[in-house]
Amino acid sequence: MAPPVQPREMGRDLARRDGPDKVRGLATYADETPVVAPLYCAIVQATIGRGAVTGIDADVAAALDGVVAVLTPDGAERLADTEDAELAVLQSADVAFRGQVVAAVLAETFEVAREAADLVAVTYRDDGHDVRLSPDRDDLYTPESVNPGYPTDTHEGDVAAAMATAPVTVERTYTTAMYHNNPMEPHATTARWDTSGGGHLTLWDSTQGVHPTRKTVATVFGLDPHQVRVVCPYVGGGFGSKGTPHVNVVLAALAARAVPGRPVRLALTRQQMFALAGYRTPTVQRMQLAAERDGRLTAIAIDVVEQTSRIKEFAEQTGVPTRTMYAAPNRRTTHRLAALDVPVPSWMRAPGECPGMFGPEVALDELAERLGMDPVELRIRNEPEVDTETGKPFSSRNLVACLREGARRFGWADRDPRPGIRRHGDWLVGTGVASSVYPTMAMASSTARVRFAGGRYTVTIGAADLGTGSSTVLPQIAADALGVAVGDVDVLIGDTAHPEASVAGGSSGTATWGSAIVEAAGAFRDKFGAQPPDDAEAEGSIQPNEATERYAMSAFGAQFAEVAVHADTGEVRVPRLYGVFAAGRILNPRTARSQLVGGMTMGLSMALHEQSLVDPRFGHVVNHDLAEYHIASCADVADLQAHWIDERDPHVNPMGAKGIGEIGIVGTAAAVVNAAWHATGVRVRDLPLTLDRVLGLTG
Amino acid sequence: MRPLDYRAPADAAEAVAAVAERPDAAFLAGGTNLVDHLKLGVARPGLLVDVTSLVPVEITEQGGGLSIGAGVRNADLAADPRVRRRYPVLAQALLAGASGQLRNMATTGGNPLQRTRCAYFQDVSTPCNKREPGSGCSAIGGVTRQHAILGASDACIATHPSDMAVALAALDARVRVLGPGGDRTIPFVDLHRLPGDAPERDTVLEHGELITAIDLPALPMAARSAYRKVRDRASYAFALVSVAAAVDVAGGVVRDARIALGGVAHKPWRAHRAEDALRGATTTDDSYRAAAEAELADAVAQPGVDGGNAFKIPLLTRTLVATLRDLATEEA
Repeated sequence: MAPPVQPREMGRDLARRDGPDKVRGLATYADETPVVAPLYCAIVQATIGRGAVTGIDADVAAALDGVVAVLTPDGAERLADTEDAELAVLQSADVAFRGQVVAAVLAETFEVAREAADLVAVTYRDDGHDVRLSPDRDDLYTPESVNPGYPTDTHEGDVAAAMATAPVTVERTYTTAMYHNNPMEPHATTARWDTSGGGHLTLWDSTQGVHPTRKTVATVFGLDPHQVRVVCPYVGGGFGSKGTPHVNVVLAALAARAVPGRPVRLALTRQQMFALAGYRTPTVQRMQLAAERDGRLTAIAIDVVEQTSRIKEFAEQTGVPTRTMYAAPNRRTTHRLAALDVPVPSWMRAPGECPGMFGPEVALDELAERLGMDPVELRIRNEPEVDTETGKPFSSRNLVACLREGARRFGWADRDPRPGIRRHGDWLVGTGVASSVYPTMAMASSTARVRFAGGRYTVTIGAADLGTGSSTVLPQIAADALGVAVGDVDVLIGDTAHPEASVAGGSSGTATWGSAIVEAAGAFRDKFGAQPPDDAEAEGSIQPNEATERYAMSAFGAQFAEVAVHADTGEVRVPRLYGVFAAGRILNPRTARSQLVGGMTMGLSMALHEQSLVDPRFGHVVNHDLAEYHIASCADVADLQAHWIDERDPHVNPMGAKGIGEIGIVGTAAAVVNAAWHATGVRVRDLPLTLDRVLGLTG
Repeated sequence: MRPLDYRAPADAAEAVAAVAERPDAAFLAGGTNLVDHLKLGVARPGLLVDVTSLVPVEITEQGGGLSIGAGVRNADLAADPRVRRRYPVLAQALLAGASGQLRNMATTGGNPLQRTRCAYFQDVSTPCNKREPGSGCSAIGGVTRQHAILGASDACIATHPSDMAVALAALDARVRVLGPGGDRTIPFVDLHRLPGDAPERDTVLEHGELITAIDLPALPMAARSAYRKVRDRASYAFALVSVAAAVDVAGGVVRDARIALGGVAHKPWRAHRAEDALRGATTTDDSYRAAAEAELADAVAQPGVDGGNAFKIPLLTRTLVATLRDLATEEA
């Protein structure tokens, strides 16, 4: 790892470089890519939950004026690699979940394509489906590992014995709902297949990683990666759902290959995003806490039950944060999965940590209640000296500082712990706290190129900016690494024509790409010195960080919520939500605040509103649009603040920065639920915190 | 989306004739619901007849009350000083609905004719008696949080989504209609139907009949009125339950009341039983609760895979009590 970079531009509050074009509508997103005479692809989705297509009558659809082709399992191109069943589109008649792609139409206009798709008549053999997740199922299984490669189960000491002997215990089950990422920009691709020179595929795709998408698409179609170019200048949000290519990308490419030379546009509808673009599994979390009367935990355990799809496993690492969060000699974490006839779950902002800090952080609040101890103090009392999972010291760990700073800002000190005693007019008011955590990661490989011409430095790297601010922050890193002003640096991202970069995932983007840029800048200065000639150029790649062998690395935070519950109607409001985070050097306060506030808002949304409701008779998400799948509206978000402490960590990367894209959503829901209990005395253990639940009218 | 014809006739009579002569024709006003249905395949008209410039867009004084042109936009109606002063329940109901953008488009005539937001109705891949008579009701036994507790049938448990319509039902409004056979006036409370065995029919309007205005009678007690909407987020959500109420109170006694309920039935639910129970009752929570219980005596909860909607019955009671309590104690 390169030595620490001296911050001059890093840490400055700079406006987004892509902001003006975005607010003026000049930024072109994937579906808007200017191409000549595009065709439009519309999807036909399965209306059964499991079985097979027995017949497709596309005659009426094909006869519509403007229809160019109808793609079906019978006629579609055979893919070179169908190992990833989610991506093996139109390769067999099998139907694995309701909403799966069974055919597609290509037409001259979007309207004709959709009308034709509606006219494709599909008959099925219905084998019956099973989409019910329950911890009581007798077919739960143990995955080999959980995302992205953690051990499935961990055991240390004897939790049962500790539970049997401890003076105070909590044993409760908590549930989180099914959630859909729902970025504002739907999953969209413009694709073109050119046959000249052995064939070349261009994908203008909304993705969190152009190079990972290229690799997947090349594999699926049996192409050399150099035959595929993926371009993505802007992303209208992803939240993990554009971190891996979903079926829409493969279908767009397949459709383009069916009409060589003609561009094809494929954008999922909002409703289709609820079946085809990933989601977060619902979770059932059985928690056990055992403690001494002084609050010190003697045991902590979480047993998780969640779902995956029968055709492809995704095991959310819900139990993992419990492994490192608090000290306790006896520990257990387990994951069991039900493989169901459901769409394929995948990454959604802070997989693992987000759902996995709900149960534990509410259970801790219940423990504080039983102990008669302040919940901030209880957390401080269980602060571990080293990472309880690995025994390594933390490179930096400032959870306690976040709790204290948050308590100070929030005005926690005079809190009366008794629930249900504060009334402001018609509203019962309470406050709650929860901790946040997110691991500090970097991907193994990424490369950047620095070029000097005409007095300016241009850095190229196939990175992504999904609204995170990387278009703005990477120039700050490059400027400091080169020792020049940020105004003299351009950074070009989002194109496989640039050097290869990792996915924007795991809050690792800035750390990984920034490290590559630092290496490239170092190589550039080594080669050309401070006065480079025009067209001077050098590359550098992220190097292994030996400090990861010695230290555990995570960002931490604390969130404080004030909740008001209407005494008559049970309506829940969150007048205040404060977060304080310790995430190393904050490279740009403006874009960082946006990330943290955005995460907390999404956490608030999870606490109060979000849930994908599956009808087991049909097997689909019933509330599959943004009118019925509620996310927080502006009126739900009041005084919401993100702060951070000044954390210096020389071990994580040359910038000293920890990832901040995901930690904001972690712990929020628990803080809100804990505050609602403090307001009303009603403990809700199932999300979302709806008014009927807080009134005790629905179990 | 299916190709369709579009016409913008010269006047309302021509528009009525144009729709009446084609069974697959529909009127287009603000389009805030119909255009969604075109995209979803829920509505498949062959002809749209645009009436936005053909119906009155003024609010005029009429016999001590107001006549609201069918083309008056929801945003303008909510902002009208006469409405805000004399019928605050209506202004509040309008502002509790939709979003600013939608209220700028939605019209007085169109709003009451918006269709249920039942998710199964809006998804052409699931059976629905309202969308396709005889195909069955998918909502029964499904996700029922937003569904009816009053007046539902074995064929349909959908609710009417409008907030404005709940206020109009409470205010004894009347609907002026122009049809192929001429004019008629319909009490607003009779405009919408219960589903019975014909849930495909939301209203008593015949094909080709066009709402031209909605009249509000003089109702002095409506100066003390309110709309209380309870929903799953602070804004931009349909009502779980809602209450439109106007009261005339003096000396600790309710002399008269107008009450309608939303989010609970296939139509805006005029609460005559509650009104009867309130007349002459004391201004106490007990009286209000008794009125709510009288109205809800026949309420039937829907079980559902989402936990069902049994909570709506106590929630509506609590909401009605709170609304009446606030109104009765309001400064006159």
